[in-house]
Amino acid sequence: MERIPILKMGPFLLVTIQVDLYDRLALNLENDLISMVSQTGARGVLIDISAVSIVDSFMGRILGNIASMSRIMDAETVVVGMQPAVAITLVELGLTLQGVYTALNVEKGMELLNKKLGSDLAQDEDEEDDQDDRDE
Amino acid sequence: MNTTAQVLEKNRNRILELWMQNQLSEASLRDDLMTSEELQRQSQDMLDALLRAISKENYGNIYAQEFEQVTDTLRDISITRARQGFSPRETGAYVLSLKKALSEILVEERAEDPTTLYKELIAINNLLDNLSIVTFETFIKGREEVILRQTDEISEISTPVIRVWDGILALPIIGTLDSARTQIVMENLLQEIVNTGSNIAILDISGVPAVDSLVAQHLIKTVSATRLMGAECIISGIRAEIAQTIVHLGIDLSNIKTKASLASALQLAFSMTNLEVRRSEKKLGLNFSR
Repeated sequence: MERIPILKMGPFLLVTIQVDLYDRLALNLENDLISMVSQTGARGVLIDISAVSIVDSFMGRILGNIASMSRIMDAETVVVGMQPAVAITLVELGLTLQGVYTALNVEKGMELLNKKLGSDLAQDEDEEDDQDDRDE
Repeated sequence: MNTTAQVLEKNRNRILELWMQNQLSEASLRDDLMTSEELQRQSQDMLDALLRAISKENYGNIYAQEFEQVTDTLRDISITRARQGFSPRETGAYVLSLKKALSEILVEERAEDPTTLYKELIAINNLLDNLSIVTFETFIKGREEVILRQTDEISEISTPVIRVWDGILALPIIGTLDSARTQIVMENLLQEIVNTGSNIAILDISGVPAVDSLVAQHLIKTVSATRLMGAECIISGIRAEIAQTIVHLGIDLSNIKTKASLASALQLAFSMTNLEVRRSEKKLGLNFSR
């Protein structure tokens, strides 16, 4: 059966949805993701939906569910890269995804997660990278 | 005895003469928009069509087939006048002065027979009243078309998205926000956020004349959509009376960032992106050193 891969990056889980979600696939994703959160003890979930062009109320609800479930298990959810048309559709459907963090792209989403976690380690690394850039 | 139609037909030239006289004596005549020759020709056509229709002895139903040409001519004239910028009064006077001319002729011709005159006058009056209703309907329709076209033009030119700083967009909204306009504004804003990768959008509503619950609803939608995209939205330019209306209507804007002026919104945007604006210490003697 078709599955959406879930990648582990340090304390975060990264999901990139690259196909249009149908209901069964979305339900599987919800299951897989939550079990992954519990297995790995992840502190943040980043869902990239930049390739999703069609969305319905069910999909909106699944996203909300994932966020609520993750929060119970002490992980923050960030949805990144939403298309303008998708955003307008969700708002028209009355789904404003309360409690879900959003960001423009994966890079900014990661930044946001790091900030939320107050992960000093990650920030230090970033600063070192910056330093290296400047040195070059 | 002659029928009304025959009487009128006999006096055709006098009617036209009287009608033209009436029109030309009208104080509001606009000879700048139309020459008197053109008016004469127009009136001639109109009178011919009317007399032809009346010869069928039908005064009641102007939607009958014989009146088709009359109403068509009248609609043409009316819509042309609406586009040319004639006032309703001028357009109305055109038909009503014909009524006056017809009545005068009938009074002259039927001087010795008041009973017939009475009946004929009522019939002619009814007919002309119906025709003036048609005129007005068409006139207003013509005007509405003009207004509609202008509305389209306004909505096309009215929603610029400005990049005020790296990562900060501003969108001044001028004029009333309705659903169609909100849709355009939202699409433009979201697309621009994607294009520029901006984090903050400032929605300036100082040019919006009034905010009611519907407009507020549209604003909230725009803010929610922006938030879903991963950007923050600040609403600025809220005037005192708008703040009053919003509170009186019981609209909850507490989870939206609002500022009174664009300047303070920009300041908030700067502090959200950890930017700082400072006055620079100008070095004295800078000009001399060159």
